[in-house]
Amino acid sequence: MNSPSVPVDSPAASAWEELVTAALLGTDRRTPPGCAPGREAPVALLDAAAAETVRRRAGLRPAPAAQRPQPAPEDPRPALPPAAARRLAMLLADRPGAAGGGRRGTSPDLVELLPEWLARANDRGLAPPPEVLPALLDAARGRTDLRPAALTFAGPRAVWLARLNPDWRFALRATPGGGAALPRLDDSAKVRQLWQEGLFAERVALLSAIRAREPGAARELLTTTWATERAEDRLMFLDSLRTGLGPEDEPFLEQALADRSRNVRATAAELLSALPGSALAARMAVRAGACVALDHTGDGPAIGVEAPHECDASMERDGVVAKAPAGRGERSWWFGQLVEAAPLSTWPGRLGGRTPREIVALPVTDDWRGELHAAWCRAAVRQRDAEWARALLGSPSAPEAGGPGAVSLAERAKLLGTLGPAERAEWVAGFIATHGLSEAFQLLGVCAAPWAAPLGRAVVDALNIARDAGSYPWSFSGVMGLAERCLDPAEASRLDGLLAVPDEPEDASPGAGGYWAEAFQRLVTTLRLRGAMIKELEPPGPAGF
Amino acid sequence: MTQQGVRWTADQVLALAPDAASRKAGSKLGAAGPWSEAGSADEGTVWGLCKGSGSKPYQTVIDIADASGPAYKCSCPSRKFPCKHALGLLLLWAGGDGAVPPGQPPDWAEEWIKGRRQRAEDKRSADASGSSTGSADPEAARRRAERRAVRVTAGATELEQRLTDLLRGGLAGAEQSGYGLWEETAARMVDAQAPGLAARVRELGAIPASGPGWPVRLLEECALLHLLDQGWLRRERLPAGLADTVRSRIGLPASADGPPVRDRWLVLAQYDTADVKLTTRRIWLHGADSGRTALLLSYGAAGRAPELTLPVGLALDAELTAYPGAGQLRAALGEQFAAPAPAAIRPPGLTTAEATARYGVALRDDPWLDSVPVTLDRVIPTPDGTSWQLADADADTALPLTPAARARPGLWRLVALSGGAPVKVFGECGHRGFTPLTAWPQGAGDAVQLY
Repeated sequence: MNSPSVPVDSPAASAWEELVTAALLGTDRRTPPGCAPGREAPVALLDAAAAETVRRRAGLRPAPAAQRPQPAPEDPRPALPPAAARRLAMLLADRPGAAGGGRRGTSPDLVELLPEWLARANDRGLAPPPEVLPALLDAARGRTDLRPAALTFAGPRAVWLARLNPDWRFALRATPGGGAALPRLDDSAKVRQLWQEGLFAERVALLSAIRAREPGAARELLTTTWATERAEDRLMFLDSLRTGLGPEDEPFLEQALADRSRNVRATAAELLSALPGSALAARMAVRAGACVALDHTGDGPAIGVEAPHECDASMERDGVVAKAPAGRGERSWWFGQLVEAAPLSTWPGRLGGRTPREIVALPVTDDWRGELHAAWCRAAVRQRDAEWARALLGSPSAPEAGGPGAVSLAERAKLLGTLGPAERAEWVAGFIATHGLSEAFQLLGVCAAPWAAPLGRAVVDALNIARDAGSYPWSFSGVMGLAERCLDPAEASRLDGLLAVPDEPEDASPGAGGYWAEAFQRLVTTLRLRGAMIKELEPPGPAGF
Repeated sequence: MTQQGVRWTADQVLALAPDAASRKAGSKLGAAGPWSEAGSADEGTVWGLCKGSGSKPYQTVIDIADASGPAYKCSCPSRKFPCKHALGLLLLWAGGDGAVPPGQPPDWAEEWIKGRRQRAEDKRSADASGSSTGSADPEAARRRAERRAVRVTAGATELEQRLTDLLRGGLAGAEQSGYGLWEETAARMVDAQAPGLAARVRELGAIPASGPGWPVRLLEECALLHLLDQGWLRRERLPAGLADTVRSRIGLPASADGPPVRDRWLVLAQYDTADVKLTTRRIWLHGADSGRTALLLSYGAAGRAPELTLPVGLALDAELTAYPGAGQLRAALGEQFAAPAPAAIRPPGLTTAEATARYGVALRDDPWLDSVPVTLDRVIPTPDGTSWQLADADADTALPLTPAARARPGLWRLVALSGGAPVKVFGECGHRGFTPLTAWPQGAGDAVQLY
């Protein structure tokens, strides 16, 4: 019933029912109560109905209250400053595809700024104004990449809200403890109960939470039920050991090498090979070492490769996949896996005490260079070995760094991930200074935002050069988009010289100058907006100005 | 008053936008980037140059402090009003981070502001000197009104005939007879110069398709329409206030002629409803000193925003004049003594039981009233099956939300704002339920719009 409740069993109610019945059937068929049949009956009915209608409305009473919701838990975080709250509402109101869209025009793409905004607000531990929670949940619903940051920021009231609206169920699943609150991790009885009776997602959340704090305790919990878990669950649980992986995990992983499931075995082997001190790593070092030796038969020292001739059962047990994918030779396939899983510390001893850089510089006989270097790259990424990564990356300004060499751009991006943020930015800056932007997109993606000053300058200089070369800016729209999000807003003033429409050189694409000016204006506007945004989230300065 | 004191919030600025696209475009221009030589003067004028895609920047100037409402001028070619540049500049000004420093207006801005102020001054003195120049011939006006009354009477009589025919044959047949019959009758009421009757008749046509319980609703609306016809036909015998209400419900023109009431009027809500031809803007005001509630209506042709804009949370020192009719809340905005400024006033609230009682009392003056404006104090938005209600925090009573209110995103803002705790809610309370329009959190905090 839509209207506030009406007393149902009063005499007036039955009089009203009779009027409705007469009205439905028509006064020709049913004479309304209290009036004579005939010409005047409809008017009498309308008179009576008018009086009843007004009486019913005037006599409305409130309805009984339903069960009130449990109050939302307190959010102890300090509130956003007002300016930041308004900015958030503005960013959330800018839905993709709402108007125009695309990467044209001079105005910023506000939705793209949301991740940075959320990250900074979370860094400061601020709480949102409650009335923006619906928009925040809607945004997180549409973009899974935003969810973790958005839900952290949204806080406990968003979880409370999500229980009331099925559209926001995801928030219950994605927030640790959203569905059934996680027990306190020191309450071992509750922990054990949830581990044994919880839903899969709750168990994963529980295991990850414990692993993050106490790796050993998580492993022990896992051991209690390991034998009875389903294969795909075992795989997910095993994956959680990546966090805080250490030598203490070795016995458990060794045992998992004998698992019934091939995927579980492969994951266990991968984790073990990331522990350079593990027995598996030692076994792989022996196997890989047997395939690689210094070869002195030529003019100078070189690396000779003798790939394995078979993949025996013990290799398979250690996670080597015997069957090569279509198009790959079996022996090189096995060889790659052995080198990838062997500790990198094996090689200097094996290759005449050389440093990684010297080893990488050695020639390799019989075209094995690509295979060997690629496997070392994978090993450097897996073992997070910065020295080897540096050696394999080489100098960013080397000519082969730009073209498709032994190490692909994707691998280079991964290798860069093992370096510290400053070194990473410096390498990419050097790369861009030599090779320009056309290959740089993937590498820029692994650099921390905001970009360090030298990297930012390298990108802006390269964009400037690209403009002068006369092409259209949309060839660089990917980099432009990254620059909008990652350039340090403090650099905005350095771009002022690029905002004007330049004179068009004769060989330029028609109108390109105007489009470039537009693209740079958009870049500057976005940077200024980000600058304002960041300032609004900063703690208020000391008193005075 | 200091400059900071009259500064608007960004929400209030954005409420000036004529449509969603302008709001968005304006938001993006609300950063220092494209602006140069921006400044503001104490009396509430703001100006700046905005870099567009052309070589010459646009000149934008806004007079926010004029008592007759904000005025804008921009050299851009947009026909939106205010344009995105004006909105962006106001946002920059509202942000208050020094991007719009106090200063002297440049010549191009100064010229416009002076001209505007002068025109306003001329108009005021003209109004003051000779106000009776409008209606030249009262005798002719009286004859026109009489002719119109005759036509309305003919229309009301014909409508009575249609209603009795309908009731004689039974409402059950109304589902089959369809919309066309009502459309035709509505057109006859337009011919009879009774737009109020025409609108009610058109709504009757939609009821048979409106879901379960439609016969009851149809009978109610037919009965109230009959009541209105009868009220018109016997208007000479009605008390003066009720007769005025009937005239206004029929749709006869009236002018606000009550005594002007000066107060600090807090803007409680502003929302638009649009049909094919017309956008209607309703602005609810609360008099901080008189405690009165008043409604301002303003209209825009289809697709255009009505001119009057009063953002929620502002208060204006102004005179309002009531329209004729007993219990009439509609008023006209008279003289404004100062520009609207943010205010922390909240209206006092009622319980749910007091709210329904207030609706009941209001029906005595105007039985055709669908709802009354009410502020509820200490209510908790509460799920009730598939629907929602506002439950008193201190009693086991509640008001269900109207179906329209349940479907709006504002519902979730209200629920989030409350978090299960009592809030203060302003809205419209009537026989269909409660429609929340604005809410205030427990403790400190600005008004939150819910539509």
